[in-house]
Amino acid sequence: MVNVSSGIDRLRSNIGVEWEPVVYKIEKGMIQRFVQAIDDPNPLWQNEEHASKSRYGGIVAPPTFILTIGFEEIQQQILASIPSGTILHGDTTLECYQPIKPGDVITATTKITNIRQRQGEKGKTAFISFEITYMNQKQELVANCRQMVVSY
Amino acid sequence: MSEQLYYEDIVVGSEITLLVKQPTTRQLVMWAGASGDYYPIHYDKDFAQSKGLPGVIVHGQLIGCFLGQLITDWMGEQGSLRKLTCSYKRVNFPGEALICKGKVNKKYVEDSQHYLECNLWVENAKGEKTISGKALVTLPARG
Repeated sequence: MVNVSSGIDRLRSNIGVEWEPVVYKIEKGMIQRFVQAIDDPNPLWQNEEHASKSRYGGIVAPPTFILTIGFEEIQQQILASIPSGTILHGDTTLECYQPIKPGDVITATTKITNIRQRQGEKGKTAFISFEITYMNQKQELVANCRQMVVSY
Repeated sequence: MSEQLYYEDIVVGSEITLLVKQPTTRQLVMWAGASGDYYPIHYDKDFAQSKGLPGVIVHGQLIGCFLGQLITDWMGEQGSLRKLTCSYKRVNFPGEALICKGKVNKKYVEDSQHYLECNLWVENAKGEKTISGKALVTLPARG
């Protein structure tokens, strides 16, 4: 029997505490893999010639690309806290402030913002909310993403 | 890819050009690689069934990206997606057609920026809403 509560309590003790920032250098290949995965043929994401004539002056990443940055780390932390539990995504709110281009260096800083627990049919359900803030190499705020996952 | 939209041309209540996606298991694996989301519920049928699901399910975040594409395809390159919200209501299975839809809910000008608020949702083949969301978009004005 897995003790879901003790792992959740460990996460709870870190609410509001920023994790060690994770730094990603954005490469054209990362953007390409992303747009292939979502199957989005927009030339602004991949075609240099087309994108050079756009207002961005070159390839940019789709606004949702940032969702792939930093998610792996927090998912692993949550799964490590509930090793035999189940997690499902509840919701996502993404705010975009600056476009992301190949060559950008993005620093992602994550913190858990809230944990609610409720007794449900399948046992205790936890609603874990977290926030990731993204800055670029010019110290500009690029995006902010708040998400909630449900674990039981 | 559609023509550039301008703020003046938008009628509140009008629909966003729909986008149909049909993610395969292969696409889920590609998404896992691109996103780093290797939770086995998305590729290991036995694992998914041990969690009480009939089979592997589509990553919610992947469908969130489909809603992003719905907006970027529709608004044109001069538009900007400022905010995207997704709420995952039901699970989706690979091979299912996912119909991404939206409607303009509101338009307003603030600090010289021309904003649209849109309601977004995803329907499966049974017509069930599996994901709902919102987008905040800025468009150029002809002004």
